[in-house]
Amino acid sequence: MKEFKGIAASDGIAIASAFRLTEPDLSFKKRSITNASDEIKRLYAAIDVSKDELLTIQQRTLEDLGSSEAEVFKAHVAILSDPELLKRVKSTIEKEKVNAEYALNKVTDGYIKIFNSMTDNEYIRQRSSDIHDVTKRVLSHLLGVPLVDPALIHHQVIIIAHDLTPSDTAQFVPTYVKGIVSDMGGRTSHSAIMSRSLEIPAVVGFKGNLAEIKNGDTVIVDGSTGNIIVNPSDAQKDEYAQKQVDYRQRKTQLADFKYRETSSSDGKHPIIAANIGTLDDLDGAVENGAEGIGLFRTEFLYMDSNHLPTEDEQFNAYKTVLQKMGDKPVIIRTADIGGDKDLPYLDVPKEANPFLGYRAIRMSLDKLDIFRTQLRALLRASAFGNLSVMFPMVTTINELKKAKNILNQERIKLIRDKVRVKPIRIGIMVEVPATALLADQFANEVDFMSIGTNDLIQYVMAADRGNRMVSYLYQPYNPAVLRLIKNIIDACHDNNLPAYMCGEMAGDQTAIPVLVGMGLNEFSMSASSILKSRALIKRLDSREMVTLANKAVTMASTSEEVTAFIRQATNEIQ
Amino acid sequence: MEKRQFNIIAETGIHARPATLLVQTASKFNSDITLEYQEKSVNLKSIMGVMSLGVGQSAAVTITADGDDEKEAIDAITETMKAEGLTE
Repeated sequence: MKEFKGIAASDGIAIASAFRLTEPDLSFKKRSITNASDEIKRLYAAIDVSKDELLTIQQRTLEDLGSSEAEVFKAHVAILSDPELLKRVKSTIEKEKVNAEYALNKVTDGYIKIFNSMTDNEYIRQRSSDIHDVTKRVLSHLLGVPLVDPALIHHQVIIIAHDLTPSDTAQFVPTYVKGIVSDMGGRTSHSAIMSRSLEIPAVVGFKGNLAEIKNGDTVIVDGSTGNIIVNPSDAQKDEYAQKQVDYRQRKTQLADFKYRETSSSDGKHPIIAANIGTLDDLDGAVENGAEGIGLFRTEFLYMDSNHLPTEDEQFNAYKTVLQKMGDKPVIIRTADIGGDKDLPYLDVPKEANPFLGYRAIRMSLDKLDIFRTQLRALLRASAFGNLSVMFPMVTTINELKKAKNILNQERIKLIRDKVRVKPIRIGIMVEVPATALLADQFANEVDFMSIGTNDLIQYVMAADRGNRMVSYLYQPYNPAVLRLIKNIIDACHDNNLPAYMCGEMAGDQTAIPVLVGMGLNEFSMSASSILKSRALIKRLDSREMVTLANKAVTMASTSEEVTAFIRQATNEIQ
Repeated sequence: MEKRQFNIIAETGIHARPATLLVQTASKFNSDITLEYQEKSVNLKSIMGVMSLGVGQSAAVTITADGDDEKEAIDAITETMKAEGLTE
């Protein structure tokens, strides 16, 4: 057993036997010739045959893979039709009185050197492999040595190659070519791009000696991590076979659930939204079919900076998110910064208990200039989408009223200045037990509530979630936690408000059935959990989940009993 | 002789696809057509020549056509440059 690493180039896992795509021997000697015009005829004949071949491959690629993949063979034909290239080869033959092989190779080598030297242009640099590829094809015809034809492979293989040419990959039959390992190229090389469109798992830029992989060796290729295992143990084979099953399952779900709205089996439609921490997370949210942004943490604006973010910097970030999400709802949380985060430009004293200290709305209401800047940026951004704002760590009604009041003052100022501002829905993040218990009173002051389970659980259980010594107390399914969550959701519904959740628990596959039963209206989670959660909800009957939720909050005394109820209820439906 | 200057605005510069199309357009004309960038000049009918210049974003290039259809050639090339988003 040997393990290797490379660059992950095309997702997926493949297990099959190695097929070494060896280079044909295209070596030749420099020869002096006497009849230049005969030699040039020989060159043109080889070029014509090569062009014919390329047109055939181009046609096949167009049919099997699509026009963008066929584009490269057009480029190959263009290279062979290049008047400058042909002129140079011709004049080398005439002036130096050398054979066509030598002349062609000399001229194309010159181009490859120029292209390889373009270190600042990855795209052009990769094209040097095009020239190499075309040169090989013409040489094979000049020398009468056939190129190895991958189209002849007729059993399942992992292709092991120094470098794959586009004409190689074009001849791959996906039924037989299960994976690709090559030691040249980056993620934008042809082999990588082609394997992605063919959906063949691939690792390029192999780190190690390819010669160590022999024909017929069993090879595992993990195109998602870049791992390669040669002659794996039985345990490794089983492990990767399972990973392969998981991967395929995820992909099927992806295809099935991306564009569907979230729905339970009996037609209830909670929303599945994404939590994002930076603008980089936005693409993942969209790609995974998020029906909104349930929590945009704005801390990164403060953390990834050496100064307090300006109003314009914040405005641009908020606007980007709102525009990208179109008319889908976006909830932006005002800054949750304080004693536990070290901000050098902000004078916040270190505290013994930062999670019980000066942070979030508590700090915002004290440092009003920072708070007002953020609120103004949010109000200005509201014109560009469907915006809701929520305040973190709200503990008393008075805090909420103050925050709303300041928001209103800034709104009036902006309207007076003729800045376009759209109505914003206002909510609170419920993460303090006092607020959870008083949810019915808070309901009079907000448009929605979003349950922040990460903090709520640690406050209810009085256990620091970062402390390993007490981690057993971090129990999302503890009946006490569930009773409190149900209290919040019920208070919202009694007052015709929607109830959301944006903590880890919202994407927890064990907790989701209970939360569906409680009638949670929005589940906001990391993008990678969205599709499997949507698939799970599709299998749940919300009426059965109501029974489950009631059992969990009335009949259970421990977390274990709750999970047993959940297992029972969900096993019945599978 | 017809001469025209262009500022390349495309983020990737003149890469493979637009280069191929420019060469195809140029090849339709009899005139000798050259592309000049950073004091190097290449035959615009040569894909290898064009790519070897490695023209990036914000580059200033000059295209010259010399021959009986020079005017038409320059116009057609300008058209292709605009259609490919290479220039404004």
